[in-house]
Parts: sequence; C-alpha cells; structure tokens
Amino acid sequence: MSQEILRAEGLRKTFPGVVALDGVDLSLRTGEVHVLLGENGAGKSTLIKILSGAYHPDGGRVLMDSRQVHIRSAGDAQRLGIATIYQEFNLVPQLTVAENLALGRPPRRFGFVDVRRMEQQAGRLLERVGVDVDPRTPTARLGIARMQMVEIAKALALDARVLIMDEPTAVLTTSEVARLFAIVRQLRDEGVAVVFITHHLEEIAEIGGRVTVLRDGRSVAEVPANTRRDELVGLMVGRPIDQQYPRRPAERGEPLLEVRGLTRRGVFDDVSFEVRAGEVVGMAGLVGAGRTEVARALFGADRYDAGQVFVRGRPLPPGDVHAAMEAGLGLVPEDRKAQGLVLGADVAENLGLVTMRDATRAGFVDRPGLRRTAAKVAEQLGIRMTGLSQEVRTLSGGNQQKVVIGKWLAANANVLILDEPTRGVDVGAKVEIYQLVNALTAAGDAVLMISSDLPEVLGMSDRILVMARGRLVGELPAAEATQDAVMALATTETSHVR
Amino acid sequence: MSADVLPRRSPAAAWLAENGAVVALVVLVVALSLLSGDFLSLTNLLNVGVQAAVTAILAFGSTFVIVTGGIDLSVGSVAALSAISLAWTATSAGLPWPLATLVSLAVGIACGLVSAALIAYGKLPPFIATLAMLGIARGLALVVSEGSPIAMPDAVSELGGTIGAYLPIPLIVMVVMGVIAAVILNRTYPGRAMYAIGGNQEAARLSGIKVDRQLLITYALSGGFAAVAGIVLASRLASAQPQAAAGYELDAIAAVVIGGASLSGGKGRALGTLVGALILAVLRNGLNLLSVSAFWQQVVIGVVIALAVLVDTLRRRGTN
Repeated sequence: MSQEILRAEGLRKTFPGVVALDGVDLSLRTGEVHVLLGENGAGKSTLIKILSGAYHPDGGRVLMDSRQVHIRSAGDAQRLGIATIYQEFNLVPQLTVAENLALGRPPRRFGFVDVRRMEQQAGRLLERVGVDVDPRTPTARLGIARMQMVEIAKALALDARVLIMDEPTAVLTTSEVARLFAIVRQLRDEGVAVVFITHHLEEIAEIGGRVTVLRDGRSVAEVPANTRRDELVGLMVGRPIDQQYPRRPAERGEPLLEVRGLTRRGVFDDVSFEVRAGEVVGMAGLVGAGRTEVARALFGADRYDAGQVFVRGRPLPPGDVHAAMEAGLGLVPEDRKAQGLVLGADVAENLGLVTMRDATRAGFVDRPGLRRTAAKVAEQLGIRMTGLSQEVRTLSGGNQQKVVIGKWLAANANVLILDEPTRGVDVGAKVEIYQLVNALTAAGDAVLMISSDLPEVLGMSDRILVMARGRLVGELPAAEATQDAVMALATTETSHVR
Repeated sequence: MSADVLPRRSPAAAWLAENGAVVALVVLVVALSLLSGDFLSLTNLLNVGVQAAVTAILAFGSTFVIVTGGIDLSVGSVAALSAISLAWTATSAGLPWPLATLVSLAVGIACGLVSAALIAYGKLPPFIATLAMLGIARGLALVVSEGSPIAMPDAVSELGGTIGAYLPIPLIVMVVMGVIAAVILNRTYPGRAMYAIGGNQEAARLSGIKVDRQLLITYALSGGFAAVAGIVLASRLASAQPQAAAGYELDAIAAVVIGGASLSGGKGRALGTLVGALILAVLRNGLNLLSVSAFWQQVVIGVVIALAVLVDTLRRRGTN
C-alpha cells in the first residue's frame, strides 16, 4: 500500500523583515494527490520552492524515504525525483516540443543530437499524458493547456516520484481541467505523489486525497479532501466567511457604457451590449471566446474594424487608451504582472500611474500629492504592505491586484472593466474585491466583469453575457443563470468569426 | 528602496547599498591620493572634472533612454554633428553665434526624434535605430565639414575656458545639465513616465501614458544633451571636428550603468550617472599619474565596468 515518500518537519524560512514559513509540516504518500491550501502569502510558494531546491530552509528538515535530504539546488531536487510545474512554464517557446522534453540531456549519437530518437522518446512521453501533439511542433504554437501537458511529460521524463503542481487549473477551461484531472489520477495510480495547489475549492474533493492547510506560514491542519467547503475556508482564513459572493444589487441608472456592433475581423464579431450605472455585468465564456479581446478593444488598447463605443452617450475614439481613461473607463487587465503593474516600482508609484497626468502642473508632477492619494487608496482597499515604498513585486497576488484596482479608484474611474479580477487571489482578498465591487456600484459606478470562474460570475453579476467563438451568444439575468445554462451557451456551436 | 522595505537595516546601511558607486568613488579617490602626490591638487581635480564633463553630459542624456529600457548608441556621432552644425552655420553661413547654437541644439534634438520615430512608429529595436543614427550623424558631420575641422566662433569657445583663473566652465555646464536631468527624472511628467515605461511598457500604456510620445521626448532629450556635450567638447578644442567623440557613446553607457541604472529599464538616477562618469575620469587620470600605459588603462576600465555591475547584481540577489 501507499507509504510515506516525503516528509517535511517544522520548516522555517525568513526573508529580511518577513517570516515566510514558521513551522510547516507536510507528509506525502506515494499514490496520493495532496492538496496544499492557503491564502496568498500563507507560505505555499515558499514551501514548494524549498522542496524544489530554489530556497534553503532556515530551520526544520526534509526527509525522503525516511532519510534526511538536503535540497540545495534544482539539480538536487531532480536527482531525488521531485519535479515542479510552476504557473509560469519552464518551456522554451522557440524550440520544438521534442527539444523541450529533452532539454539539457538530448539523446546523442557520435556527439551529435540524435533527432530521430529524441522525437521518438518525446512521442512516447506525450502518449503517456494522452496529448495528441506532433513532437516537432514549435512549443509556442501550443495553447496553454497543451503546454501544461508538455510540462507534465517533462516531469515524467525525469522519472519524477513527487510532482508539485502550482495552480495548474488557474488558466484552464472546464474541459481542459477534466483532462488534466484524468492524467493526474493516472499518475497517482502509477504511484506518483502529487502536490496540488489550487484556489478552486470545488476541485479539492474531486481530485484530492488529503489537504494540508497553511495559514500565516504555519501548517494549521491536515484534513481529508471531502471536508466541507466552509470548514476549509474557515481553516484558511482563521475566521468564518459568511458568504462567498456577497453581491448587494444596487439601483440601476442610465447606461454608462454602450458597445454597438464592435467587430474585429477574425477575433470578434458584432458585439453589442450596455452596462448601466449601479450594474455588474458579468461576461462568461470559454478561454479564447474573445472576451478579453472585446474588453481591450473597447478600452482602446487594441484596434477594431467596425462598431462604436459610447461612454455616457458620447462616442469614444478607437484605439485611444487616454481618451477612454478621460471618459471614466478603467481596465484591470487579466495578467496583472505583465499588463497591470510596474513590478519594480513601489506601491505609491503604481497607485499614481493613472493620475500622474492630472497631478502635473506646467510639466511638474505633484509627487507628494500623489503619495497622499495613494495612502488614502491603500487604506481604503486594505492593501497589506510594509509601507507605500514597498516594491510591488514583493506583495502577495491579492494585494497586487488591489494595487491595480486602486490606480483606477485614485483616478475616479466610474466604468471599471475587471478581467479575471480574482485569478490567483486568495479567498480573503477575493471577498474584499467583491465588497469593493458592491461599494462601487452602490455609488453609481458600473462594472463589467470578465471571469472564467463560473460561481464568481453567477454570484456577483446582475446580468450575464455569454460569449462563444467571438460572438455574443446570449444574455441571462442573474436570477435565471445557472452553471449549466451558462455552459450550454458558452459551448454553442456557432461558426467561428472570420 | 528605503528603510521600510528592509526594516532590519539601518538607514545608513540602506543608503550605502543604494549608492555603492559613491562608495567606490570615495575609495578610488582615497587610494589615488595615497598612491600619487599629484592627485589631490586643486588643479588636477578640476582637470578631472573637465575630463568628466563631456562624458557626463552625454551620459545624462543616455540615462533618460536607459531608464525607458532603451539604448542610444548615436550620442557620440550626434555630438560631433551638432558641433559641426554650429561651427558651419556660424562661419560658412555667417549666422550670429546665438542662432548657430540654437541650430546646433535643434540638430541634436532632430537626430533624437528621428531615432525615436523609428523606434516608436517603425517598431525598430532601439539598438538598431540608434546604430543607424550613429552612422547617419557621423556621415553627415563628415559631409558638411568635408572631413576637416571647422573653427568655432570665439564667443562659443569661451565655454571651454574658465571663470576667474580657476573654475572651468565645462564643469559648470556639467553640473547644470546634471541638475536639469535630475529635475526632469524626478519631478516632471516625462521623467516619471520614463520610469513607468522602462518598468513595464504595457502597464504604462494601459494606464493612459502615451508611450510613443514619451519615447519621442526621451530620445529628443538624449539628442539635445548630446548637442550640448558636442558644443562643450568643440569649445575646449576651439574647433568642431567631424571625428570628435567617436566611441563616447560607450563611455556614456558605462557611466550610466556604473551609476546603478539597469539596462532592462525602470531604474537609474542622474546622481548615479554623474558618479559613474567621475569614476571613469578619476580612473583615467589616476592611471595616467601612475604612468600606467594607455593599453593597460583600457583593461582596467573594462574590469571596473564588469565589477560595478557584478557587485550591483550580487547585492540585489542578496536582498531579494
């Protein structure tokens, strides 16, 4: 039967000014999927970085097969059979799938890379994870889901006995998640110990065996995966959260944002909708349905071929972010690190990014004034930081997201477009973001919320628009919307837009 | 950046970590004054300042560009072309010297604008756009001057002299340009936009910063600063030379990087750049005084550049 393969005892890790881990225990058995649960900043990332050799712990020890081991580098972890799949993949996009799978140790013949054997080996690995990809495909051409499968295949190539997966489902659609779970189960049955990190509580019972809950750098509980959801949340945040989606509908006013016939050839076609003051309009659909593209186009970040956008009845010039901003639009983009934040700058600078223009007199920026506004916004949003001069890079995901939202609050934007606002955000911060959405709509602002998290869309929207293959295929009032109804629309078989 | 990020470190230690180049400069000065009796004389120090001036002024301009995550390889050529423009319009075209000076500045700024247009609208990498400008500006300088030096107007050549018996004017110009650069970087909208663009261009764009326009301003500033540097250099020699300042762009980049800026953008300060330029000048001067051969000087300076960046990288790895 299954036996303990890896054990961590009393792990401690401190960084200047922060205790990241303060006594973490973890017991991992062969053939189990062990879920690691915790808010952002609870220590999950630090823990997996220790197990994968990126960090060295200041205290505690790690045992493998009951013998103490020292994992000082990624190479050590590899030799011990520990493979880690991070959210940011370690694949070279320009190389083929086969080259990626053999990266660093390609099969050789007479000193030259044996391409044929490399591709055969890759084919066998890909078959094992059940993904139908030609090993000669350039990796950049794969979608995120298949790249992830390639990462898993890479771990298999290294004969991993412990596979750590950091939020593997965060970027996947429902059907992709199902495929991933099938492979994870197969690996589990082959005896691999899988550490699985997720923020989606509903996935835990589906895939997990046991759950270790981290809070504030400590492991606070190890419970079975079928533990009730509210209990898990309670363990994570240390306090009960009454309601996961605390939407308080507000009074509807005039339409603030109107989109008419917005079209970009090959991407989206004839998209029309409006968002009224006090309203949260959710936008659901599969990844790639064109939701983000519509949002970026109407905000002026990308071009469009036809159609028009109105804010408070006034048309917006296309492709002009500045004009959209002046009209009161704000965009919280889907990838906050790549598109929302200047990671190397501090909290105050980031919060002032949008308002800087208005705080300029005769070319000179009123930086003290911006800082005062930033202090106010940071307090309003409850951004947890050491101070306004903390580099944004070092904030947790939830607090980073609050900074992105905060720069629009500072600018008094009254039509906020939130693209995946809670992706990679912990439960506590999620609820805070929802409450903020309530406060904004109560004050007469409008929110367009794109989200792949169905319970979130259903729970927080007043109306739900559904997109499929670049077209708006339906609209559901919140009262009638169910996950099934939305998914039925999202998978509507429309011909793809040209 | 400041003490609240690293609560355990004292403010003094944090300042030292941020200003490693200053420490290096002080150590260098102390060491050279011990090794050579001539180093710490007023005349020699002023001489070092004059030697640093042209590099520093070019480097201030390069700081803007490097903060945005770009690079400007054309500044040496642009400096020469600007000086030639001044001398040519004042002598051959007979323009009064103030007007000729304005023409010269305009030429520098125009070169920057052309590079920026290639980068912002033509989507060329800054390296390529400014490499092209390096060739174009140098070539035009040779064409206009027909390959020969042109005398500078006397009034402008005064810039190469001193105020009173001692104070060299290039030194004053350097300080003034440094202050202007610092004010632009710290206090003005284009300056703050440079940091945002260098830190994350897409985030800057999605926050309503008109990136293309700001890049035009950035490279125009670099060109303008190069023109000033070219004028100072020519006035010291009393003639504008088409081959002047060749290779100075690399010294300018070295000064910026030694001063703590990051070539990946988002980071860099005028004071750091000044210190970087001073380190290069002090090293050259000190090695001369110690009779180190010009050949070995190049080796030493190469090592110093590598060390400066290496120390900075190691320090950052330590804090992250």
